[in-house]
Order: sequence, then structure tokens, then C-alpha cells
Amino acid sequence: METLTNTPKLADRAYNIRRNALRMGEVQGQGYIAQALDISDVLAVAYFHAMRYRPEDPSWEDRDRFLLSNGHYAIALYAALIEAGIVPEEELETYGSDESRLPMSGMASYTPGMEMSGGSLGLGLSIAVGMSLGLKRKKSEARVYTLFSDGELDEGSVWEAIQSAGHYKLDNLIGIVDVNNQQADGPSTQVMAFEPLVEKLQAFGWFVQRIDGNDLDAVIAAFDAAKSHPEPKPRMIVADTLMGKGVPFLEQREKNHFIRVEQHEWQLALAALEAGRQV
Amino acid sequence: MKTVRSAPQPGKARLTTSAMIASIAAEGQKTKPAPFGRALVELARSRPDVVGMTADLGKYTDLHIFAKEFPDRYYQMGMAEQLLFGAASGLAAEGFMPFATTYAVFASRRAYDFIHQTIAEEDRNVKIVCALPGLTSGYGPSHQAAEDLALFRAMPNMTVIDPCDAHEIEQLVPAIAAHQGPVYMRLLRGQVPVVLDEYDYKFELGKAKLIRDGKDVLIISSGIMTMRALEALQALKDDRVDAAVLHVPTIKPLDAETILREAGKSGRLVVVAENHTTIGGLGEAVAALLMRSGVHPPFRQIALPDEFLDAGALPTLHDRYGISTAEVARQIKQWL
Repeated sequence: METLTNTPKLADRAYNIRRNALRMGEVQGQGYIAQALDISDVLAVAYFHAMRYRPEDPSWEDRDRFLLSNGHYAIALYAALIEAGIVPEEELETYGSDESRLPMSGMASYTPGMEMSGGSLGLGLSIAVGMSLGLKRKKSEARVYTLFSDGELDEGSVWEAIQSAGHYKLDNLIGIVDVNNQQADGPSTQVMAFEPLVEKLQAFGWFVQRIDGNDLDAVIAAFDAAKSHPEPKPRMIVADTLMGKGVPFLEQREKNHFIRVEQHEWQLALAALEAGRQV
Repeated sequence: MKTVRSAPQPGKARLTTSAMIASIAAEGQKTKPAPFGRALVELARSRPDVVGMTADLGKYTDLHIFAKEFPDRYYQMGMAEQLLFGAASGLAAEGFMPFATTYAVFASRRAYDFIHQTIAEEDRNVKIVCALPGLTSGYGPSHQAAEDLALFRAMPNMTVIDPCDAHEIEQLVPAIAAHQGPVYMRLLRGQVPVVLDEYDYKFELGKAKLIRDGKDVLIISSGIMTMRALEALQALKDDRVDAAVLHVPTIKPLDAETILREAGKSGRLVVVAENHTTIGGLGEAVAALLMRSGVHPPFRQIALPDEFLDAGALPTLHDRYGISTAEVARQIKQWL
């Protein structure tokens, strides 16, 4: 893998991740594409700037672990794993199909580079706590990155894990919460008020940064600070994101957890993404 | 709709509940203290990958003995069972073998999805060890895990164990450690009866063992019901009933071969005795096996009823629900 510090090159990676996700969406005719588009900048920085891994050896002992707690974001992670060379690009066409290694919801036993089985929300941080404890036992330098969604903050188990990570001072654990303010029944802040999130997490003993998750420079800085922060605390990046980011007509579509994209719109979306690309 | 109970009759002598974790040992019975905790310490000396985890029940699952011996290999996760099992999955993913303890009700009913998704589905090497299985607490339904075996039997990849006594627990701790994959083990803790040492018994994972042979009735049992069955032998013999006892500590995978061999011997009533609801435990597992295999002996079940069980003293409750020694003998005699 290549470590990129240069924003234009990371922008290329983010563009490719979005493009891969749209191509998979077209195969299946549906998918959590708006979430994939909102989180692509975070994934580009995670996979091409922050994390250590070997594409040819996804279970390399010293790799940084990446847990996808919100399993329905699998389309986004597959897009990143393809871009990272961990999953072959030709498998993209199998997304969500019978026998595919890329099922709609991410599962560890299906996909190289997938560290956990999501789908049931609120599991990731608990697993991450155990992995972080285990890595410390092994005196490993590896970190555990865990992506989860603002809707998962409704789950009590997420707070059990947040409390215990603070208790055990898990400075090798980096959480990223995608605040796109959308969950199954509507805007997350209306479904169940979770703010003030930064203050809550700080009170639980975390080092917390809140950023615009679609501003690449801010995402890079946040990952850098999460890695280098000197206090023995778990680290959380609260990333405010825009669903559908990069495809203007999807950004403006009435916000839904599972947006409807007509068959003819996938090519339009790819074209819009291309048109908006900053070269 | 639930109605509130009537007040008890005055003046009647009654046993008291005594404690949430009343011992199942009878007065004067031979016991060993904390066989699980001691066996785990022994195992951990030669297995550096063993770690202990609990959700605020270290003292009540005999894990405190491990914690004292190996403080840096002990993880207190607080009163948070979902976290306990999710984190156990994470430690297993990193190559460790967690023994995670709580009460059976909390593992089975509260943390079921976490065990299903993070441990069983990913086939992680976590040993789930749970106190107060079945009806071993007089505290009421909150602590009576009458359905734990049914729930864990239904979970793919899960091995399910229901040991009888301290002698068996000592042997099965290294045995389940040698097995790669998730295990649910019912735990007897504190002063635990020692019964099977007198029968030259050896635990083998996945094996049912004929403890006693007999020509009139075959009792197929697991857990403390094997102890009850053995205790009932004398009362049965006094009435000239010759009973065999087949102990089935591994509920899943079931030892079909041995069960079919014994149940297929003609002329015996088959009675399955379990400290568990009639639904989904050893009784129904054996019944289904016999039906599928075309073996049709007369069949009866000794098990807890499909209802929320009462609070009270354990001996009272074991009599009330038919799993005391006297009740085991009485029911069998009535069926012959």
C-alpha cells in the first residue's frame, strides 16, 4: 500500500471509491449508495493515508484493523477494498448476487479484509474493545479503527463499549461515527436526540474531534491527530457528512435512509460524479 | 392478565429462599469448592492464551480464583453482558481464548444476539460459562434460566454442555479448551457436589456415558438430573424397579449413536430428565432423534413446566416442579 499525504491524490482515491460504489449500485439496482457517497472521503483517508496493511495479505498480523459496525455500509467498504487492491476489481460486478463474496451486508466470513459481521447494529465497538485489549496484551502497535453510524448511538451496547474503552484507556482504538443525520425512520436527531455528542464522549474519557467528514484536509488532520494524541484515551472522530456527496442530484434528493435510484439514473450519477471531479 | 397472588396461610412452617445462589448440595453431601475456578487456573498455567472475563459476577461464577492468580489476564467488563460477549469475540479474534462468565439468564436472554453474531457466526473460540442454569435459584424468573439449553441449541456452531458435578467440571475445562470453537457450558459453582467419581466416570466431549445399567427403565439425563437419577435408584430398587442411567453432558452435538443403542434395547421405558423447560432441551432433542430414527420406546419427560416458575426455597421448588430425587422416583414408578 501507498501512504498518501497529498490531498489531490487522496481526492482521486475518494473519487474512485465513489465510482466503484456507484458501479456496484448499478449492478444491484439498489443499495445504501447515499451513505457510501457520504463516507468515501473518510475511507480514502483511512485506507490511503492512515492505516497500515498489506493488500496481498489481508490478515497480516501487524495490520491496522478496520471494523465496519454499520454492516449496511458494506458497499462503501467494498469500494475501498477494491481500490486498495484487497478485493479484485472484477468482483465488483457480483455485488449482492448469489455466490458473491460481496453480500449486501458486510460479513467477516465472506470478504477478504472484512474484520467483523455487521448487520445487527451496535456490535462493532464492543468487538473493538476486545481487539484493542488483545492487541495491547500482544504488545502490538496495530490500531483498531471502527466505523459506526449516528443511528447506532441509540443502542445501549454502544455506550457500554464507549464507557469501557474509557475505563481501559484504549489509546489504540479510533472510532469514527458518521453523522449524516439519517436513520431508518428519519433524521437521527429526531428519532432519538444524541447531542451534545462531543461533550458526552469527552465525559466518557475519550479524545474527541468533530469535523466536516467531506473536507479531505480536515479528515486527514483528524486521523493524524487521533494517531498522535499523547493522552492515554480512546479516540473518536465525529464526522458530519452529506448523504449522496459528490452526486448533486442525489445530495438534493429527499433524504432517505434507503434512497431510490431509477435504473437510468446510475449512469447519470456516474456522469455527475465525473463532472464534479476537481482535477 | 397477571393477578397478584393471595397472602400465604398463617402459622405454617416454611423453608426460606436463603439466597439467590443457594447451593444445590444436600446436607452432608460430599462437595468440592469452586471446581471451575480451580480447573481454569490449572489450565491457564499451561495455556498462556487463556483469559478470564466477566460482567460483575466474578465472585459468583468462581472466576475470582482465576482473577487472584492471574490478575493481568482478567477483564472486568462491568455489568454489561452485550459488551462482555462482543469484547470476548474481539479477544478471540486476536488469538486469545476467553472464558467469559455471567449468569445463564443474562447470556441467553440478554446477550443472545451478541453471542449469535459476534461469536457463533464468526466461529470464535469463546467459552461461555454460566452459573444458575435451569432452576438452581429460588430468586424467581429473573435468575431462573429454564430455557438456556433451547436457546443455545438453536445456535449454529455452538457446543452445549450441561455437567453433573465437580468431578465432571474439573475434566471438562481442559476438554472444552482443546475444542476449537464456541462453547456454552452450564456452571455449578461454590460448594459443588461430587457424585460421578464413584462410578469410574470420565468426561468426553460429545459422548454420552452409561453410568448404571438396568432392565426396566432407561433414564437419559444431563446436569444435576443425573445426580438426581442416581439418588433415585435406591428408592426405585426398593420397589423392584431396575433403572439404567445414561448421562448426556453434551447436549449439542448429541451422541446419537449411544442414545439410539440404549433406547433401542427393547422392553424399557425411556425417561428423559433435565433441569430445563420441556421445550427445546434434552427431552425434545432425544424425542426427535428417536422419531427420526424409527426407534419408538415408551417415552416420558421429567422437566420444568412451560411457565414462569415460583420464587422460594430450592428444595420446595424442586419438589413442586418434579425434579427432586423423591419426585423423580415417584414419577417413574407411576409410569411403569
